[in-house]
Parts: sequence; C-alpha cells; structure tokens
Amino acid sequence: MEHLFTNLATALTGWMITLGLSPVWADVILLLVKWIIIITIITLNIIILIWLERKVSAFFQERLGPNRLGPFGIFQTIADAIKLLTKEDIVPSAADKLIFKTAPMFFIVVAVMLYTVIPMGQGMEVINLNIGLLFFISMGSLSTIALLMAGWGSDNKWSLMGAVRSVAQMISYEIPLAFSLLGVVMISGSLNLQDIVAAQDNIWFVILQPIAFLTYFIAATAELNRGPFDMPEAEQELTGGAYTEYTGMRWALFFLAEYTNLVAVSALMATVFLGGWQGPWLPSWLWIIIKTYGVILVFFWVKWTFPRIRMDHLMSFSWKVLVPVSLGNILLTGAGIYFCQWMGWC
Amino acid sequence: MMQSDIYNVNVGPIHPSTHGGLHAEAVMDGEIIQDVIVHLGYVHRSVEKIAESKTYQQFVPYTARLDYLATNLPVLGYCQAVEKLLGIEVPERAEYIRIIMAELSRIASHQIAISATGIDLGATTGLMYGMRDRERIMNIFEMTGGQRLLSSYIRIGGVGADIPDEFIPAVQSFVNDIPKMMDEYNGLMTGNEIWEARMKGVGILSKEDAVKYGVTGPNLRASGIAYDIRKAEPYGIYDRFDFDIPARSGGDSLDRWNIRIEELGESGRIIQQALDNLPEGEVKAKIPKVLKAEAGTEVYHRIESAKGELGYYIVSDGGNKPYRLHVRAPSFINLMVLPLVCRGGVFQDLITNIATLDPILGESDR
Amino acid sequence: MQEINLEQMVQKLEEQLGDKLITTRDQFFTVLNIDKMALPTLMLKLRDDYGFNHLANLSSVDYGEEFEVVYHLYSIPANDKVCVKTRIPRISAEVDSLIDIWPTADWQEREVYDLMGIKFKGHPNLIRVLLPDDFVGHPLRKDFVMGGR
Repeated sequence: MEHLFTNLATALTGWMITLGLSPVWADVILLLVKWIIIITIITLNIIILIWLERKVSAFFQERLGPNRLGPFGIFQTIADAIKLLTKEDIVPSAADKLIFKTAPMFFIVVAVMLYTVIPMGQGMEVINLNIGLLFFISMGSLSTIALLMAGWGSDNKWSLMGAVRSVAQMISYEIPLAFSLLGVVMISGSLNLQDIVAAQDNIWFVILQPIAFLTYFIAATAELNRGPFDMPEAEQELTGGAYTEYTGMRWALFFLAEYTNLVAVSALMATVFLGGWQGPWLPSWLWIIIKTYGVILVFFWVKWTFPRIRMDHLMSFSWKVLVPVSLGNILLTGAGIYFCQWMGWC
Repeated sequence: MMQSDIYNVNVGPIHPSTHGGLHAEAVMDGEIIQDVIVHLGYVHRSVEKIAESKTYQQFVPYTARLDYLATNLPVLGYCQAVEKLLGIEVPERAEYIRIIMAELSRIASHQIAISATGIDLGATTGLMYGMRDRERIMNIFEMTGGQRLLSSYIRIGGVGADIPDEFIPAVQSFVNDIPKMMDEYNGLMTGNEIWEARMKGVGILSKEDAVKYGVTGPNLRASGIAYDIRKAEPYGIYDRFDFDIPARSGGDSLDRWNIRIEELGESGRIIQQALDNLPEGEVKAKIPKVLKAEAGTEVYHRIESAKGELGYYIVSDGGNKPYRLHVRAPSFINLMVLPLVCRGGVFQDLITNIATLDPILGESDR
Repeated sequence: MQEINLEQMVQKLEEQLGDKLITTRDQFFTVLNIDKMALPTLMLKLRDDYGFNHLANLSSVDYGEEFEVVYHLYSIPANDKVCVKTRIPRISAEVDSLIDIWPTADWQEREVYDLMGIKFKGHPNLIRVLLPDDFVGHPLRKDFVMGGR
C-alpha cells in the first residue's frame, strides 16, 4: 500500500519508454498526468469538504444540515454545483470586463499552484522544489491580486471596500506567516518540504515550535479570509465584499478557490508542524490526508464559534502582537540552536 | 492629515444586516463614518389611516403587524388603550394570561435581538441558538391563538379563548430553561474577547442624549436610567408582580446587549409569578358587539414594549371607529440616535449599532 | 427644578401665561391648551422649571377648520404626565418647531408634516420621512381622497 502511487508512476514512465518515448517526454507526460490527478482530487475533495463544513456547522448549531439528497445529504453539493453551472452569468455593465472576468480564473489558478510542492506522501509530489516553502508562500500571496482585481473590476463600493480590506489584511498577515515558518526552516536547515518532513522523524515541529504553530495558525486563518478574519467577504457588513457582483460559476470559482486554499494551507500546516506524511501503520498518503482533515476541522470549529473581528483591531493585532511574537520566536529559536550546538547535542 | 474623498455607502434597504427595510446612508471617509442619513418608509403601510376606516375590533390584527417579533405587545397596548377609552373591565384570568403572553413576546423579541446581533457580528452560531429557543415560544403561541407569528390572541376585553391544557406545562418548562439559555448566550458570545472588543465603547449613548432624543426601553436603561413603564406607570396588573429593572451605565453596545440578556431572566420571573397565581374564571369580558366611545374623548396609553415605550393615542368622535389613531413607535424614535451613536466610528460599528439599537421596521415605518 | 405638584404647576403657569393658556382635565391627563404663539415658551418652562424631560408623543388631529397638535410629556424623575395641545387654522397650518427643546421632535415633526401637512417653523430638515419625496398630498387629512392613483 505504501508505495502504491509511486509504483504506479514508475510503471507508467516505464511503459511510456517502452512505447518509444524519450525519458524527457515521458517525464513531461507524467507531470501532466499528475496535474490532472491533482485537479480531480481537489474538485472531488471540495465537494466533500463543502458538505462536511455544512454538516459540521449544523452540528455546532444544533441543526440537521443538508439531509435530502442522498444518504446524509452527500449529493447536496453536486446539486448546488449544477445549479451554479446553469445560472445566468451576469457581468455588471459598468464593470471593467476583462479584469472582472479574469479575476476568478486567476484566483483558482493560483490556488491550484499551491499543490505543486506539497508532499502528498513519501516521494509523492508534483515537483520536488528546493525552495518549496518559499514557493508556497509567494504563490499564496498572489491571491491578493485576484481579490483586488475582483473588487476593482466590479465597480461596486462593497466590492472595492472588500478588496481594499483584503489587500491590507493579506499583506499584514503575510509577514507573521512567513516569520513563523522561519523558525522551522532554521531547525530543519532546508526550504524543501520533503526535507522538512524528514527532519520531523523524531519529534514534530509543533512541539519544538509551539509559538510558531500558533502564530502560523492565526495568520493562516487571516490569509484564508476565513472567520473570524473574513473581512473581505464579511457577508453581514459588505454583503459579500469582493464577490458581491459575481454570479453563477464565476462566483463558484471563488468559492472553489477558497476551499482549495484551505486544503493547501492545512496540508502545509500538517507538513511543516505535524510531521507531514510520517506516521505508524498506515501508508504515508493516508496520514497526510488524516492530518490535513484534522487541521481543516479546527478551522471549521474556529469559524463557526467566533464573531468577526473589527478591521482596525485586525490590523493592530497583526502589527502589534503577531509580528513581534513571531520575531521573538525566531530569536528564541536562534538562541536555542546556538545553545544546542554549544552543548554539543546537535 | 491625509485628505481623502468623502463617499456615501447605501446600507440597505436591501442588505443582510438592516433588520428589514432600513436604509442607512453612511457618509464615509475611508472606514470612518462621518454621518448617517436614515431613510425610512420602505415598509410604510399607513396603519394610522387604515385605523380610521376600521372598527375598534377590526383594527386588532393590524396592530399585531407593527412589531411582528413581539406580536402580543402591540396588540396588548392597543386593546388596553381601547379598554381605557371605553371603560371596559378585563377579567382576572385574562389579565394573567395577557401578562404571560406579553412577557413571552418580550422574550421572543429579545431573543431575536440577541441572535441577530450574533449574526450581524459574524457569530453565526449565535443566531441559531436564539432561534432554537424562540421556536418554543412560537409553539406556545400556536397553542393559544392558532398562529405562530402574528397570533392576535389578545382581544378587546380579554383574550380570544381560554388556554389549552398543554399550555401551562409548556410555559413552565420554558421558564425553567431560561437561566440555561442565558448561560448559553453568555457563554458563546458575551465573554468572547473579539465580541467585547467590537461592542465595548462602541456607539455610546449618554444619559442626557438618551432622554433628549426620547430613547426608551432597553436602550434607555443601558444608558443608565432605570425607567420602565411597567414600574413607572403600571398598566394591566403589572403592579402585582415582583421584578427588577436591569440598568447599566455605559450606554454602549455591550450594555445594550447585556440588558437584553438580563431582561430575559426578569421576564421569566414575571411569567413564573403569573403561572403561580393564575386564577380560574372568565377570559373575556361581556362587551357589546359594536364598540362606541363617547364623542370627544381621547386616550394616550403607553406600554413597555420590547423596544421601548409603545403608545397609542386614540381620539373618538362617538362613532364605532377611531377618529384618529396615532402610534408612538419606539423603534421610530430609537432609530433617531443612530447617526449620533455612529459618528466617528468605523464602518463595522454601524452594523453593531443597528443590531444593538434593535429597531423593528414594521413598527417604525407603520 | 422645584418640588411642586401638578396642581400648583398649572396654577403658576396660568398666572404667567394669562389667557393664552386654558387648562382642562379629562380622566387621564391634565390638558394644557396653549395659544400657538406661546407654545415654545410653555414648553421651555415645562422642561426647565418642572422637569418634563421626556417628550413621549407628538401627534396631530384634523378637526376640519383647525388642526390640533398634541404633545404628551412625561417627567422621568417625578413620574408626572401632562398633555399640551395647540390649535392652528387649516389655512396657515404652521407651528413652532420644538427641535431645539427636544431633539426627539425631529422625526416626529417630520412625520406630522409628512402625513398631516403641518409645517414646523424652525425645523432644519422638514422633509417627508415615511412617504416618498414625490408624494402629493398628506394622507391623514380628512379631505385626502383615498383610492387608486
């Protein structure tokens, strides 16, 4: 079981070479196959995830949640998807059409790109990048631009306010986000995510870096625009923020991308802090799924419990609390490593 | 100072957080609110004009639609006003049933206020908690009036019919659970760090301003004046009950929120006493089919509605219809302070303030 | 503010305002019928000297040739109540605004203007509050023709 997927990939490459393809072309085709699989998994996963969030929130709120279509309402999301696909695509007449239309595509592309570097198991990733973590952070921050495009292109005050808020929020929270990951990088000595997983052979980084874990979790919630930091969307205030003017599938793309981001960030969290695919008995690719879903459930829990924070509090929390704390964590980690080396433990 | 353009944002009339058809035009400088211009009338039904062409009894259901979240309170106010005008005595048992229904309505209204504040501030789960508990009150209303939301169960001269057998156990079990509900609301929302940060010091309404602007009800009590018409000018049989008037001094959103939660408990106490002392007997006075007041008589009767002072001013010309009927709607007057409390705050405070001022547009627009 | 009961207050006011004030009583209220010219004076006295700090209700009645503007005042500290009425002719339906004395008169006066068509002198923003701005007529007047439009 453990090497199921890696063996499949090797077999596929071997088969293509026997067909007479050069190894380079075989690799390219394998890459494409991997991408198709990833996109399929993302889509299917999100269908389950949306259903799960609705069920989980219903559980928190003592409701039933979706329960009509299929066992436990599991087909509800599919019905919703069909509804969204068949809805009228409205583009406001005053909108900047090009920007308005490309924003959702841009958003989802960026979100899918995040999966490139995440190790889905032992030796299972699309590309084993040396600077995987850096790639992830920089790709993640690109989604700000998509939101700004959506807000600006809609020509709507709510959208613009949502977009401006999201830019302010995401830029502010990127800093503690990156800083909190630096501690891990210092200990593992690598930006390669596979190396980071390997470095957690004996002990998970959540134990070595508890402060970084917390700051990362908070900053990631803000990066994901999830409650209690869902300023850009803020349904009750901005009537949907940057997404106000979007309908049908364009809106659904934003929705999909948000969940895609959620899974990616949760997977990164599992990889960096919770030992990645490492774990006993079960195959590695199952472990990363279990851990990712565990983190996602915590995100759900937070969202359905807390009220929304105020914008100015949000900003001051980032700059006055998270940034100093994560900087202090780097200092502490540096001192710890120095002390460890001085004592000769590592 | 950085100079920036002033722009107007129309919050409503179609907006998730305006509790109906409220249209608040926020004049904004960045995220800071310079002023709020309130436009009303989106649900204006000219209730006062309708009253002039309906007999006293026919108008009862219209009053239920004023404050549709606390349906028995405006009906009670109207019926008592007419009874006062015509000098009708209401049977004991009906008075007690009315108290129970009125206080249940107050609880229902406060639960909506509490849960709507929850969802307006992004705590979606808060909404469901309030709605879940309010559902039990709706079921109780259905037992008595046959209708859940707008039962018009209270009539001129008493109540529509005697209470069914399952009424008292249902009310009793609800009253028993009120402390638990309060704990739940407090546990989920009140103590929360973000919640306090968003409510504390937001939308401060000083004692002086509150009185000057005629603010009444929980909003006035949150500003530090323990004024409750149930105590100040007891109507019905409220003078027989033992209850406290919760009051705070800050006048901010958090105080307005806390007052409403505390009032749940006080209403529970009143209902308990009413249940304990509920006498047997008639539930409707013998009144003529055609009600006529003496020509030239008039009455201004006010009750403590869930939102504040709900007054009916009725003038009679001797006919079977009111010559003039005016509703003093608490929401209408409480909304007047919305610009005052919002000025200088950030945009999100506007939503908080609308939620904690708890207007109901059916009443303010009439 | 003096400690003074309602009877004494009415006596004093009658002395001060002379024939501009006629006091009547019905079973619920002491009614001060005041000449419309003396309305602000009386209201200021009621608020500052006798503690009627709560203008609960501001309404109006159409009596054909005349309109009556009705104010129900309450005193929160002393728990007193009084009703003030003033009559104005239909042809020049105008009365002084009380917005400087009680800001709560703002929307209430706008409502009376909107529905009854009584103008309030000195009101800074006397526009319709419930009906649309382009509405013609004042529906609570008895001569308002109802029906489809």
